[in-house]
Amino acid sequence: MDKLKLIIKREFLAKVKNKSFIVMTVLSPLMVVALFSLIIFLNEKNAEEIRTIAFVDESQQFSDAFEDSDAVKYINLTSMGIVEAREKTKEFYYGLLVIPKSDSLSELSNSITFFSNDTPSLTVLSSIESKLEKKIRNLKIAQLQIDVDKIKSIETKVTIDAENFSGEKSSKIGSLLRMIAGGGFGYLIFMFIIIYGTSVMRSVIEEKTSRIIEVIISSVKPFQLMMGKIIGNAMAGILQFIIWMVIGGILLFAITLYFGVNDVSSSSAQMAPEMVQQMQNSSNNDLQLILQEIKNLPILTMFFSFIIYFLGGYLIYSSIYAAIGAAVDSETDTQQFMMPVLMPLVIAIYVGFSVIENPHGPIALAFSLFPLTSPIVMLMRIPFGVPWWQLITSISLLIVTFIGMVWFAAKIYRVGILMYGKKPSYKEIYKWLKY
Amino acid sequence: MNNVLRVENVCKNYGSFTALNNVSISVPKGSIFGLLGPNGAGKTSLIRIINQITLPDSGTVYLDDEILQPHHIQHIGYLPEERGLYKSMKVGEQALYLAQLKGMSKDEAKKKLKYWFEKFEITDWWNKKIQELSKGMAQKVQFIVTVMHSPKLLIFDEPFSGFDPINANLIKDEILNLRNEGASIIFSTHRMESVEEMCDYIALINKSNKILDGKLKDIKQQFKTNQFEVGLLTENTALLVNQINEQFSVENSKSTSFNDDLRLLFSLKNGETSKDLIEFLNNKAQITHFTEVIPSVNDIFLKSVASNS
Repeated sequence: MDKLKLIIKREFLAKVKNKSFIVMTVLSPLMVVALFSLIIFLNEKNAEEIRTIAFVDESQQFSDAFEDSDAVKYINLTSMGIVEAREKTKEFYYGLLVIPKSDSLSELSNSITFFSNDTPSLTVLSSIESKLEKKIRNLKIAQLQIDVDKIKSIETKVTIDAENFSGEKSSKIGSLLRMIAGGGFGYLIFMFIIIYGTSVMRSVIEEKTSRIIEVIISSVKPFQLMMGKIIGNAMAGILQFIIWMVIGGILLFAITLYFGVNDVSSSSAQMAPEMVQQMQNSSNNDLQLILQEIKNLPILTMFFSFIIYFLGGYLIYSSIYAAIGAAVDSETDTQQFMMPVLMPLVIAIYVGFSVIENPHGPIALAFSLFPLTSPIVMLMRIPFGVPWWQLITSISLLIVTFIGMVWFAAKIYRVGILMYGKKPSYKEIYKWLKY
Repeated sequence: MNNVLRVENVCKNYGSFTALNNVSISVPKGSIFGLLGPNGAGKTSLIRIINQITLPDSGTVYLDDEILQPHHIQHIGYLPEERGLYKSMKVGEQALYLAQLKGMSKDEAKKKLKYWFEKFEITDWWNKKIQELSKGMAQKVQFIVTVMHSPKLLIFDEPFSGFDPINANLIKDEILNLRNEGASIIFSTHRMESVEEMCDYIALINKSNKILDGKLKDIKQQFKTNQFEVGLLTENTALLVNQINEQFSVENSKSTSFNDDLRLLFSLKNGETSKDLIEFLNNKAQITHFTEVIPSVNDIFLKSVASNS
């Protein structure tokens, strides 16, 4: 037992002290955050640019439709005439909006043109469109002699509360959140199994190529060495995961806080006062809804099943990886054995994407029970709620498989580590099982 | 008993291949024991069984008259043929780790390592990584790692392969020191001449079978062929050769001498002794050289293989 501890400690330290581990651990969250900040920053920068849009209103009905905002200013060039206004816009302004003279408002709505030097930005166009739509609508209401305030009073916002029969609420945002949570967790397990499985394999190959292996197994049992290696690497993986969560969490929180506040204030300034009021109400509603949905997620189940499935899946795959590492002499020889190992993982990810669309279908059930895919697929399903019997069956199968797999891998490992200089075939490896 | 190690009737098969067929050896305490045989004879298989890396299919191994158990590994030091160290690990850390795996406490290991590092004058390597050391330097570390836990039984598989001559000599001296301090040593090698002069006992293994073992002196005695190499100086060489041929079976010796004497290899018949030969020659020529031909282990090996098959 003491020796196992020594091996775990060495493997853990060897992994953690490695420069690439340190760089990866520290840099990855910084890079993610940097990327996010860059996107947000560029968005901000775009929004900060002040655009001046000229308009020629021949219909004489729209002069009050355009109000300046921080990002867009409007200038009325109707008095200049179209030809001159075009020349001027070409030189000084972002674009020219031409509203022709027309008798019918309906006809008018299809004959408005926007001229610009470059392809105009979508947000600018849609903001102009919505301004025009609103004005035309008000004009039409006025034509029909209906009271505008009365129209406003009948406008309502509807949110459907979907609820299942045991009383759990679900909603569109909730479903989306579940998809993100499930997909994210599943993908994370996929990544960790591959990264740390490969790392176990490398470490086995390193011991073989540096020829220290026989020195070590004259002191400890091959099984102890293999398990020590697997556990040590798992601990390094969990450490990395925790560091990522902590750094990423803090940084992302700080940045959304900083940019988030900024964002609301600048975007609200672009809107008409009554719109701002409405938007704030609705965004508050959305935020509350999201928070509510996060609370509704089976967080405790998710957390524990993440740990169980990560450990189970990792143990199954890393023992296979250890056996592969023991069987070969160098990393280039691993290719022929890697394909069948990666296959179920990749299939699990593909199946996973259809599972989050239909989390309770027969495919979802089958793949979340099959132990080589269950760590990924089941985690994707869990946010949607999984019956207890399925969870227990799946975990039991996972545990039985990992015990079997470790036993099987240990046999190959035991023989493989002492074989030098040749690349074994599947047939030979099968023979090793019987030694 | 005076044997530190006894291997009794050990068999080992890998699938249909027999690596060891009913092999028994005894290693007396405080001796240097040569486990000799060509490549693939089964030496490494036997050593791995002694080190409990693999288990025998049948047969028993005793260390100090106790059946081999896991805790015995701390009494064995093993330098495998395929050897190395973690390249990216620091020398000191690595040695401490391996010592602890052998069952030493950390403090004890530190003390021992300090002693050996000072002895080999390599204390300033403690914080260097193996990959920063030259091959010869790494070999010293490898040797220290093998012997630092003061094992009763030291096993060296192809001990001098890969060691440069200077290090090989240093290691040889250290091994003899360890023997004098009471350790027993097993050398396993296919290059029999490399350890011949150091061994007290040998066992010859060929094609999974032990074909011969015992005290080296006794074996040589047993394989002596009553041959003598003689150097003679006389004026009439032709006459002398004629006279000799009448009485003895003689061939020309392959060795050459620096004073142009006649070098002959005499094979004496049963009953004839060196005394008879000297008396016969003494009247006829000046004897410049007279040695009994002692067979080398290599010759003995070839002979026993031939007689066994």
